[in-house]
Amino acid sequence: MDRIPILKMDDFLLVSIQVDMYDQLALNLEKDLIKLVQKHESRGVLIDISAVYIVDSFMGRILGNITAMAKIMDATTIVVGMQPAVAITLVELGMPLQGVLTALNVEKGMELLRKFVPNTSEQESEADDGYPE
Amino acid sequence: MAKQTASILKKRKKYVLKTWIDTQVEDPILREDLMSNEDMHKESEELLEAFIIAIQSDNYDNTEAKEYNLIIELLTTISLSRAHTGFTPRETATFVMSLKRAIIRVLQEEYQNDLDTLINEALKISDLLDSLSIITIETYLKGREEVITRQSNEINEISTPVIKVWEGVLAMPIIGTIDSARTQIVMESLLHEIVESGCSIAILDISGVPTVDSLVAQHLIKTVNATRLMGAECIISGIKPDIAQTIVHLGIDLSGIQTKTSLAAALQLAFSKMNLAVRKTNHPKNVNY
Repeated sequence: MDRIPILKMDDFLLVSIQVDMYDQLALNLEKDLIKLVQKHESRGVLIDISAVYIVDSFMGRILGNITAMAKIMDATTIVVGMQPAVAITLVELGMPLQGVLTALNVEKGMELLRKFVPNTSEQESEADDGYPE
Repeated sequence: MAKQTASILKKRKKYVLKTWIDTQVEDPILREDLMSNEDMHKESEELLEAFIIAIQSDNYDNTEAKEYNLIIELLTTISLSRAHTGFTPRETATFVMSLKRAIIRVLQEEYQNDLDTLINEALKISDLLDSLSIITIETYLKGREEVITRQSNEINEISTPVIKVWEGVLAMPIIGTIDSARTQIVMESLLHEIVESGCSIAILDISGVPTVDSLVAQHLIKTVNATRLMGAECIISGIKPDIAQTIVHLGIDLSGIQTKTSLAAALQLAFSKMNLAVRKTNHPKNVNY
């Protein structure tokens, strides 16, 4: 069965989706990710979707689910590199993914993640940067 | 019988042409400012020739037949060029319709002793010319529509520039009313520019938008949400008092969106988000422009 690789980096988990998602793949990712969050006690998850050009409401829901599940397990999720077409589609589908943190690219995503996860950053007090909780 | 009409017209072509052109010249709506007499003369002659060729086949009602190809092609060119130069529909249609009078005048002279044939032929010719004028008008309208589409495309292209106002800050001033087609362009070009430039703050300036209704507001919200999904922030600036009033009266919730009254205020906000500050220097010397 196809799986999307999940990389562990210190306190974070990195996922880069390089293929078009179909439902089973997305469900597997959700399951694997949550398992690994528990196993490594990760504090942050970074999902790179810069290579995803096609998205449907299911995929949007999975992203929302992962964020919500990770949050319950005390991990912050950041979705990075969303393509304009994907963003427009999600908004037109009525899924603005409120509550999901986003960043333009992996670099900025990591920066943001470090701000949100106190252990790895001394700039805890600067977490208030206008991003919705 | 019809062949006879065609040959009569062929024989007296010069006369018909002269009568036709005289009618056009006498007509008070003749647009000498848009078209010279020679051009009109040339167009009329070509069209009359094509008309005679077309009716030689004794086909008076099927304008889709191949003998009509030439005349329809001519009519298309004429009415398209008239649509582009600014003739009115009436002026364009009258050009074809005035041929009727010239032809029937000739037929009247030729068929003096045969009233039945005269009426029959006159009716046929008149029907045919009517359908040709309809074709002319249709093409004319198509030509005008092309002009309109081209212009609105041009407006869309020139009216949605994305400007980089600072390192990491993009601004997009929107001028004119927004409809769904324009919003799509606005949204797409803004999002693409965000990807291209890697700027994380975008300012959408709506000071040039005369009215904001619920649809426009919804479009703005969508744009802001899409920007956020991509990982950038969107500030809306240029909200005028009457727009603020309309938005509140319509019950639109903009609470999740950062709004500012002016582009300057939005830029200030962008600076503070990026931990930048603008301050006066104490040494105003060496300022080179």
